[in-house]
Amino acid sequence: MRSYLSDRMGAALLMAPLLLFLVLAYAWPFLGVVKWSFTLPTPGLGQYEALLTDDLVQSVFIRTLRIAAIVTVVSVAAAYAITVVWVRGTPAQRLIAEFCILVPFWISVLTRAFGWVALLSNRGLINTWLQAIGFISEPLALVRNEFGVIVGMTHFLIPFAVFPLASAMRSLDDRVLLAARGLGSSRMRTFWTVFVPMTRSGIIGAAMIVFVFSLGFFVTPAILGGGRSVMIAELIYLRIFQSPDWGLGAAISVVLVLFVGALMALLFRYVRPKQLI
Amino acid sequence: MQQPGRAAEIKAIGIGKSFGSFRALDNLSLDIGRGEFLTLLGPSGSGKTTFLMILAGFVQPTEGKLFSDGVDITDRPAEQRAAGMVFQGYALFPHMSVEANIAFPLKVRKKSAADIKRRVGEMIERVGLKGHEKKLPAQLSGGQQQRVALARALVFEPGVLLLDEPFSALDKGLRGQMQAEMKRLHQETGTTFVFVTHDQSEALALSSRVAIFNHGKLLQVGAPDEVYDRPDNRFVAEFLGEINMLPLKGVKPAGNGSTGLCEDRAVSMGCKAEAVRGDAILAIRPEYMSISGEAADGENGIAATATNSTYLGAATRLDLMTRQGAKVTVSVPNEVAAAALSKGNSVWLTWPAEKGFLLPHGGQ
Repeated sequence: MRSYLSDRMGAALLMAPLLLFLVLAYAWPFLGVVKWSFTLPTPGLGQYEALLTDDLVQSVFIRTLRIAAIVTVVSVAAAYAITVVWVRGTPAQRLIAEFCILVPFWISVLTRAFGWVALLSNRGLINTWLQAIGFISEPLALVRNEFGVIVGMTHFLIPFAVFPLASAMRSLDDRVLLAARGLGSSRMRTFWTVFVPMTRSGIIGAAMIVFVFSLGFFVTPAILGGGRSVMIAELIYLRIFQSPDWGLGAAISVVLVLFVGALMALLFRYVRPKQLI
Repeated sequence: MQQPGRAAEIKAIGIGKSFGSFRALDNLSLDIGRGEFLTLLGPSGSGKTTFLMILAGFVQPTEGKLFSDGVDITDRPAEQRAAGMVFQGYALFPHMSVEANIAFPLKVRKKSAADIKRRVGEMIERVGLKGHEKKLPAQLSGGQQQRVALARALVFEPGVLLLDEPFSALDKGLRGQMQAEMKRLHQETGTTFVFVTHDQSEALALSSRVAIFNHGKLLQVGAPDEVYDRPDNRFVAEFLGEINMLPLKGVKPAGNGSTGLCEDRAVSMGCKAEAVRGDAILAIRPEYMSISGEAADGENGIAATATNSTYLGAATRLDLMTRQGAKVTVSVPNEVAAAALSKGNSVWLTWPAEKGFLLPHGGQ
């Protein structure tokens, strides 16, 4: 009993700095944001009514959901392929996959966004090459639009989708795959009817993580969207820093936090936290 | 293994398998007859499972050839061999219902929906899983999962059914029940069964033939009574059950059998002294030895003193020591054991000539 209590005390002490930091740096200021949403410019529910009627806010919300959905599908599909190689490939393949997963983690999100601009812009590498080989005459619009945003975000989020998928694939019993082959199933069929369904929890976890991250993305859409493909986080920034609309910005923030909170609650009904890492 | 509904005949010639420097299987040649129930028996690491995996096509042999019904299948991948297989731990598809698990091999073979429904229904009935069709494997007991695994492996009428220690996870009572069930399925389907186990009593009870493995080598193949009563070597003799070994001198052929000196007393054996001359070991199963006050002239016997007894209920296990220090164990009726112990001095152990067999001195 004594050691149990002291273990718990020890754990609590170790956790305390993080909890304190979260309360001081996130929870407390967020309460201030909630307060703004009900008090600025005048007290009342005016800002939430505006959310429901403002066309700009609504179109940004819809665009954010659409981009997040596309990014989720593409990231999880790409991450699935990489993870299969990483978990089940030959030692050399594993090393290459690991490299592809880890290197993006070491490079700042800003650097990577500008890297994509260098590749995708009108006078960037891709357009220049395609024009040089005569494949196109006019540059393709690859950036400063939704396409650029999706490419940049997908690239950033793939590693986050890899870990829950790897966890699901590692816990899979190899004998079940052998059994499928032994019963006459081709490799393709075994993959689609046995392997993929058995990693379902990993797919759900990966999709939820990528979707939730996408909803709050700021730097990548701001740079690769070039102001034409504004997502919800950028809209909040614009409302607070470039217009006196603090109340509306705060109301959007509150709605976003509630929405993400609801998604996380849904996620943890299907997937245990330890399956996500 | 390619013709459904017909038991396969398998021939392995000079099969060997190395994993790096480890020799898992060495120069194995074995014929598996149509419709027989062959058990591969041996301790762990003996190569029996490796051989089963080679039969299934999951492991490629380093050398040797494998034939099924006369066709060379050495290089044929597992999914085209389609032997039925029951894995250790069953390896059921956890996301599919009992019904879907059993239907899987039929769907792979693109059978019609009506055909699949009928055959899955028949199979579920046959293995006694009626009422559990819609359940997931995790909702079933160990014995029920075992039945699903058997049904899934048999539903497409494979030429051979391979079983890798299927009963190791079951408790004793259920194990006996499943063994009986498997024997019945073997008789009903007529399919060739190849069964891997490390449990010698299971092997003797179920099989039409037993193949005994050790250190990657096939040591002996034969009917259960054959390998039990006439083992070729010491390993087989000891692995299949308890055995008493007495040193023997001056072994020589005599008529249809042989004779020798066991602690200065002449004994005779029913078997010929082919490979064995001079010094040898006389091996006798404990159940063939009995205790008496004295041995008649010409009867096989040896004097010994009881040292310890263990009450087993139906019988008593008696440990004895001969005059020259050889240890012998016998299982005798309780009152015989009590009498032997109370005497405190020497008794005679006797055995029929045909129940003793010769093993080479020393090694395996």
